[in-house]
Amino acid sequence: MMTTNAWIVMLLSVSSVLSLVSFCLYRVLSLPPVEMDDLKGPLEIDTRDTTDTD
Amino acid sequence: MQRERWGSRIGVILAVAGSAVGLGNFLRFPGQAAQNGGGAFMLPYFISLLVLGIPLCWAEWTMGRYGGTCGFNSAPGIYSVIWRNRCAKYFGAIALLLPLVIYMYYVLIEAWCLGYAIQYLTGDLMLGPDAVADDYGAFFANFSGQDADGALLSEGRRHWLWVLAGVFAFNFMLIYRGVTKGIESFCRVAMPLMIVLAVIVLIRVLTLGTPDPSKPEQSVLGGLNFMWNPRAEALLNPQTWLAASGQIFFSLSVGFGIIVNYASYLSEKDDVVLSGLTSSSMNEFFEVCLGGLITLPAAFIFLGAAAGDQGTFGLGFVALPNVFAQMWGGQAFGFLWFFMLFIAAVTSSVSMLQPVIAFLEEGFGLKRHASAAMLGLLSALGCGFVLYFSKGLVALDTMDFWVGSVMIFVLALVQSVLYGWAFGIKRGAEEAHKGANIRIPHFIQLMLKYVVPVYLGVIFVAFCLNTLPSSDTELFPAHVTDSTPLEGGLVPEDLEQQFREQDITLPDDVEIVDAADGTGWEVRGNEDALLYLLQPGAEPDSFVVLQHKPGYVESISRSTAASASVLFLLVVLTFLLLLIHIAGRRWEKAGLLTYGPDPATPNPPTGGAT
Repeated sequence: MMTTNAWIVMLLSVSSVLSLVSFCLYRVLSLPPVEMDDLKGPLEIDTRDTTDTD
Repeated sequence: MQRERWGSRIGVILAVAGSAVGLGNFLRFPGQAAQNGGGAFMLPYFISLLVLGIPLCWAEWTMGRYGGTCGFNSAPGIYSVIWRNRCAKYFGAIALLLPLVIYMYYVLIEAWCLGYAIQYLTGDLMLGPDAVADDYGAFFANFSGQDADGALLSEGRRHWLWVLAGVFAFNFMLIYRGVTKGIESFCRVAMPLMIVLAVIVLIRVLTLGTPDPSKPEQSVLGGLNFMWNPRAEALLNPQTWLAASGQIFFSLSVGFGIIVNYASYLSEKDDVVLSGLTSSSMNEFFEVCLGGLITLPAAFIFLGAAAGDQGTFGLGFVALPNVFAQMWGGQAFGFLWFFMLFIAAVTSSVSMLQPVIAFLEEGFGLKRHASAAMLGLLSALGCGFVLYFSKGLVALDTMDFWVGSVMIFVLALVQSVLYGWAFGIKRGAEEAHKGANIRIPHFIQLMLKYVVPVYLGVIFVAFCLNTLPSSDTELFPAHVTDSTPLEGGLVPEDLEQQFREQDITLPDDVEIVDAADGTGWEVRGNEDALLYLLQPGAEPDSFVVLQHKPGYVESISRSTAASASVLFLLVVLTFLLLLIHIAGRRWEKAGLLTYGPDPATPNPPTGGAT
C-alpha cells in the first residue's frame, strides 16, 4: 500500500516536472519559424570534413 | 570558412538533453532517493535544481555561445575570451580531460547495455526459474571480466569485444558526420525513441500487480511507496542534502565541458535561456517521471527492500535482469529496457567526443578525418586500459571517482567563478538575453556570483571528506573463549560464528594479524586488504569489531590498477596541457587571442586558427 504522504510527494514531483517540461516545449515549439537568412542547413555548412566524407 | 552550426532550435535542445540523459537518470537517481529518505529526498533535490543546476546551465550556455561568437568552439579558447588572461586557456584542460576520460570507460558500459540487449534477444540472459540474484551477479561479473585483469581478452570471451568495437565505431561515425548531420540527426530520432521504449516498460511495471500472492506487500503500490514515501528525519541528515546536490549536479551534465561546446555552435540571434531550461527540464522528465517510476518499484516488487541497497551497476545489471526473468514477457521487456539504456548512453557518449574534436580542429587546423583519427587512438588507448584492468572494475571505479566526480566539481567551480567574477554578471545577463525568449530573474545572476561558488565549494569539501579518507565503523562487541589463537592467523570458530550472527560471511582466505599500531588485531582478506579491526575491550578476551572502509587515497596505494589509473590520468592531463599550450601559441600568432581589458568588439567568427 502507498501512504498518503507518498502519494502527495510522488504526484507533486511528477506533476511539477511535467508542467515545467510542457511549458518549455510549448514555448519552444510555438516560436515563429527561423527566418530564411538565419537558416543554417547542412548544405550551407562547411564543416571542414565534408569534402572528405560521403 | 564557415563554422559548424546547429540545424534547428529543437535539435540543439535534444542534443543537450541527450548528453545529460544517461544511465544515471534510470539507475543512480532511484537508488540515491531510496537510500536518502525516499520522498523526502525530493525537497533538497528540487532546491538543488533551482539553486545550483539550472543557474549553472544558463551560465554555461551563455559562456559557450559568447565563445562561439568570438570564433572558438573548444573550452580552452572559450575560457580565454571569457577571462582574457594567459592562464585561462589552461583551465580548459579539465574541460577536455573530463569528456575524454569519461568516454574511455562510458563506452564500455554502453557496450554492456548493448550486450545485455543482444543476450535478451538470444535468450541467454533468461537464466531460468531457479536462478537467484547470485546467478545474475555471477553472470555480470563474468560478462564484465571482474574475475581477473585481462579476463575479457582470454580465449572464449573475446567475442564480446566485437560489440565494444561496434559501439566505438558507431560513436565515431556520428561524430565524423559533424554536429548537424551526426549528433543532431541522431538525437532527433533517439530521444523520442527513448521516451517510447521507456513508456512501454513503465506501463508493464505499473501493471505488474502483486506477482507473488504470498508476499502481498511486494506489489506495485508497495514499490512506489518504497520509492516515494518521505522519511522526514532524513532531512536533518547532511548526507541527504549532499546526495541530492550531487545527483542534480551529475545528472544535468553541468561541469562536464559539454554544454559550453554545444552552445558555441549557436549564433547571437539564437536563444540560450529557454533552450537551457528546456533541456534541463527534459532531463528531469527522464529522471523523475520515468526513472523514478520504473526502476526501483520494479526491483522492489520482486526483490523486496533489498532492492534499495544496490549500487548503480548492481541495480542495473544484476537486480533488473532478475526482475525481468520473473515477469511475464520479461525477455521482450528486458531487451527493450537495455536497448533504451544503450541509446541513452550513446546520446551521452557522442557528446563527450565533440569538445575534444573541436579543440583538435581549431587548435591545430586539423581536418575532421585527422582529428577523429587522433581522438580515436587516444580514446582507444584509454578504453583498452579500462578493459584490461577489469578485475573488480577497479580501473573504471578509480577513473569515475577522480574524473567523473572530483574533477566535475572542480570544473563547475572554475566555470562559476569565470562567469560570476571574470565575465561579470552584468555582462552575463546582457549576453544571455540576446535573442532570449524568456528572461532570467536578476536574483539568479546574484546567486551565480555569490551563492553558487560557495554552495559548490561546501558540497565539494563535504564530498571529499566523505570519500577520500578511510573510515572505521563500529559493528558489534565480540568475545572469544581464548584470544591466544588470534595470533595464529586463523579466525577462531566462535568468532566466525559471531560474524555470521551479524549476517556477515567472512571470505575463505581471511587471516588475522597484529594491528599495525600494536593494539588489537586486523582481519585481512585477499591481497592483504584490511577488512575488519578487532580492538581490545574492557574485559579479557573481549573486543569490539570495526568495519574498515578504505578511502580513495588508500585504494591508490593498495591497488596496482588504481595507482596505474591515477598515473594514466596524470599523463593524459599533462598531454592535454601541452597541446593547449601549443594551440594557444598558434592562436596568439594568428591574432585570435588578446589579453588584458576586454575589447569592445569580439573577434569575428572565423573558425579558429585555420
